[in-house]
Amino acid sequence: MSEENHHIVSYRTILGVLIVLIILTLLSVAITQIELSRWATIAALLIAGVKSTFVLFYFMHLKYDPKVFKRMALLIILLVFVVIFITMLDYVFR
Amino acid sequence: MSHVHRDDLGSKMGMWLFIFTELLLFGGLFITYAVYRSMHTQAFHLASEELDVTIGTINTVILLISSATVAMAITAIQKKNKKLSLAFIGTTILLAFIFLVNKYFEWGAKFEHGLFPGSDYLAELGYGDILFFGLYFFMTGLHAFHIIVGMVFLGFIFFRIKNDRITFDNFQLLENGGLYWHLVDLIWIFLFPLFYLVA
Repeated sequence: MSEENHHIVSYRTILGVLIVLIILTLLSVAITQIELSRWATIAALLIAGVKSTFVLFYFMHLKYDPKVFKRMALLIILLVFVVIFITMLDYVFR
Repeated sequence: MSHVHRDDLGSKMGMWLFIFTELLLFGGLFITYAVYRSMHTQAFHLASEELDVTIGTINTVILLISSATVAMAITAIQKKNKKLSLAFIGTTILLAFIFLVNKYFEWGAKFEHGLFPGSDYLAELGYGDILFFGLYFFMTGLHAFHIIVGMVFLGFIFFRIKNDRITFDNFQLLENGGLYWHLVDLIWIFLFPLFYLVA
């Protein structure tokens, strides 16, 4: 059972993902250093979202694992977002 | 038939369930941050300028590299290259240690400026600053604690590989250690912009 679903992620793929992650980090630093507006904040958080997707899919193997892991992870992330959203609604419209 | 019962998928599932509880723990802290930030926007902005973006960026890159090395350790063991796998695990632990050393100097500089929870200087600055630095020290502190746990976990795995308890066809424990380490990286990916960049 354990033999069938063990995909080997190549060194090249890992190195590629690492380079993308470092570039995105430097990009988010650059954006927020040039001009700190509401848009820079949103951009930095979006970049963080893209970075975590790369980590989840390639480093944490979600891309290669059975679908159930992907679905569970998505559910938890949605849960966190919903709770943040509802909490903020409460504070904004209180 | 093998003599020892093994369930790699179940083991991985258990690790993921644990990771979800960790995400909810930090999720709760991020909600706290979002609320207080919306109530003290100006103070959060000024307080975050006290933080050193350069050290923050260096530590981010260090953690990203350490995530890649632990992923490569899994590739190496799958390719039956035990020595290389050990080298990658060792590198990961070393990078984790460097991260903590940077954190030590970073926190030390804050302490010298009188910025620590409960300090008189911070009390004079007002609620916004108290909340910002309270969250900063608690969240990066809890994260640093996870780094230390990760180092112990990976150290344990290092010796298991060395003693051939983890091999090319039995490496679920290494994968779980990797998952834990990536979680630590994942949390930092959000801590870094929220405290250093965009407050």
